[in-house]
Amino acid sequence: MATSTATRTVEAARSRAWARRRRWLEDGAVYAFLIVGALAVGLPYIWMIITSLKPDQDIFRVGILESVVPSSIRWENYLEAWTDYPLGRWLANTLIVAAAETTSVLITSILAGYAFARLKFWGRDILFYCYLGAMMVPIQVTLIPSFIIVRNLGMLNSLQGIAVLHLVQFYGVFLMRQFMLNIPSELEDAARIDGCSWLRVLAQIILPVSMPAVAALSILAFTGAWNNFLWPLVVINKPDIMTIVVGLTSMKSDVTPWGQLMAATTISALPLTILYVTFQRFFTQGIVMTGIKG
Amino acid sequence: MMGTTEPTAQRTRKGLSRFFGNEQARYGVMFVLPSLVFFCIFIVWPVAYSFYLGFYDWSPLDPAPVPVGLANYQELLSSATFLRIILNTAVFTGGVLVVTLVGAIALALALNKGLRGTGLFRGVYYSPVVTSLVATGVIWLWILDPQYGIVNQVLRALSLPAPGWAADSLWAMPTVILTFGWREVGYFTVIYLAGLQGVPEELKEAARIDGCGALSVFRHVTIPLLMPTTLLVMVLSVVRSTQNAFGVVYVMTSGGPVNATNVIVLYLYQQAFQFYRMGYASAVAYVLFAFIFIATLVQFRLMGRRTEIY
Repeated sequence: MATSTATRTVEAARSRAWARRRRWLEDGAVYAFLIVGALAVGLPYIWMIITSLKPDQDIFRVGILESVVPSSIRWENYLEAWTDYPLGRWLANTLIVAAAETTSVLITSILAGYAFARLKFWGRDILFYCYLGAMMVPIQVTLIPSFIIVRNLGMLNSLQGIAVLHLVQFYGVFLMRQFMLNIPSELEDAARIDGCSWLRVLAQIILPVSMPAVAALSILAFTGAWNNFLWPLVVINKPDIMTIVVGLTSMKSDVTPWGQLMAATTISALPLTILYVTFQRFFTQGIVMTGIKG
Repeated sequence: MMGTTEPTAQRTRKGLSRFFGNEQARYGVMFVLPSLVFFCIFIVWPVAYSFYLGFYDWSPLDPAPVPVGLANYQELLSSATFLRIILNTAVFTGGVLVVTLVGAIALALALNKGLRGTGLFRGVYYSPVVTSLVATGVIWLWILDPQYGIVNQVLRALSLPAPGWAADSLWAMPTVILTFGWREVGYFTVIYLAGLQGVPEELKEAARIDGCGALSVFRHVTIPLLMPTTLLVMVLSVVRSTQNAFGVVYVMTSGGPVNATNVIVLYLYQQAFQFYRMGYASAVAYVLFAFIFIATLVQFRLMGRRTEIY
């Protein structure tokens, strides 16, 4: 009896030790995989930065060691990218367009989202389905008529011309509506009885509790605007009015200055990277909230 | 019912009051108005006009569109180039789907272990999604430069064949697929991670107690329960790659060599804004629309089902 208990204890201890060792092994394998993944994602960025700091003779040199370790660090690539190309102008253009689009998307989405979530009016549900349908329409289908509109308005080669097509994002309306539907309506009812107008209810009661959705939508709209490529490419052909991504493609040529181009690419990615590192939580929240855009 | 006997003036007022009678409806319409105006100008009219233009020949330099009947669609469907482009689009979409599905599910499973530092890894995986398609294309174009790219330098050092990547008609397609897939994996990892959170730990535990190994738990518990997420990811990936292929392909290959990587979105752009064939391009747009419409319709179906499940 006693001996069998003892064996059992020993066996249990052994199997526990074995289990622990197995967990260590398993965790190790998972970590190895995670690290490989992180390298696959991270190395291209590191390579971009290394290239952006290399002198030309290092960039166009054959041999692994020589191309990994620069003979000297050349900050001038950044300076030249900044002075040889209107990089500051491109960044300013992008910032203006992105800020305008984001502001407009926020205002229109909050208003319409609230109307769809709370206010009863004739044709509301049909209209909401129409908006859902609008999310399905790819920009390529509306591209040519939109181009015609903007051309007839005389807005080709202007920042207004870029921004006008993205003043409303229907996924934003959808996101705000879904969020507001989940806000309990007791507070609103009380305010209504006190005689607040719907606009005040929205501004003072609904909006403050909708901040997570507002943050997620701002991020989605801003990154979308910053990285948007096709439409600005169609509307703009003057270098001075280009956004940063269109500007980057214009730097590519038969004799691409890779050092400067990589410096410019690094600069172009910097603002969103800073935003991402600071507000990481809100970036992924947007996807989970809409399940669609990103 | 009573309306027929009422005087007209009264009826009109009643009709209008349905719109603006009570304060709530008035505010509702007011709040929707800005987006509604935009909807009419930049969605309804363009969708209709694009359809109309598909039956015309028009360049922005012409005074007015010339009607050509079905000629644009006939040319499209009988053109070998367009067939090639449809095939390319299918290969690109399918390739990206495989890359992202496998990559995202593997990374999400690893992240879902909840090991220390998971948040950091997730943050790193998602970062390409924040990088523009153009920057992504530029970075990979340089990494895969046939002459001076680091990848070919390493391949040559190992005396392996060093292909021309984006410049080689055989390798160009895999190159753009991998580049685009590299950017997409993080996006779908986040979606899978949300899906995995919906797989109850008790079910996996129960299967383990019943003697299932890790692989068996994965096959018989995790995969079936992830099915709704997988379907969602598949449809999303198809829609995203059809639409977003443009940036990467434009930057890396411009559709070349000799249309080897030309996909429908780029083809549309070239026809409309390089050759100014607006009518023909509108017909292309409608073929693309049909494709994305079907895919998105399936997506909404799935989303409806997904919300029922959770």
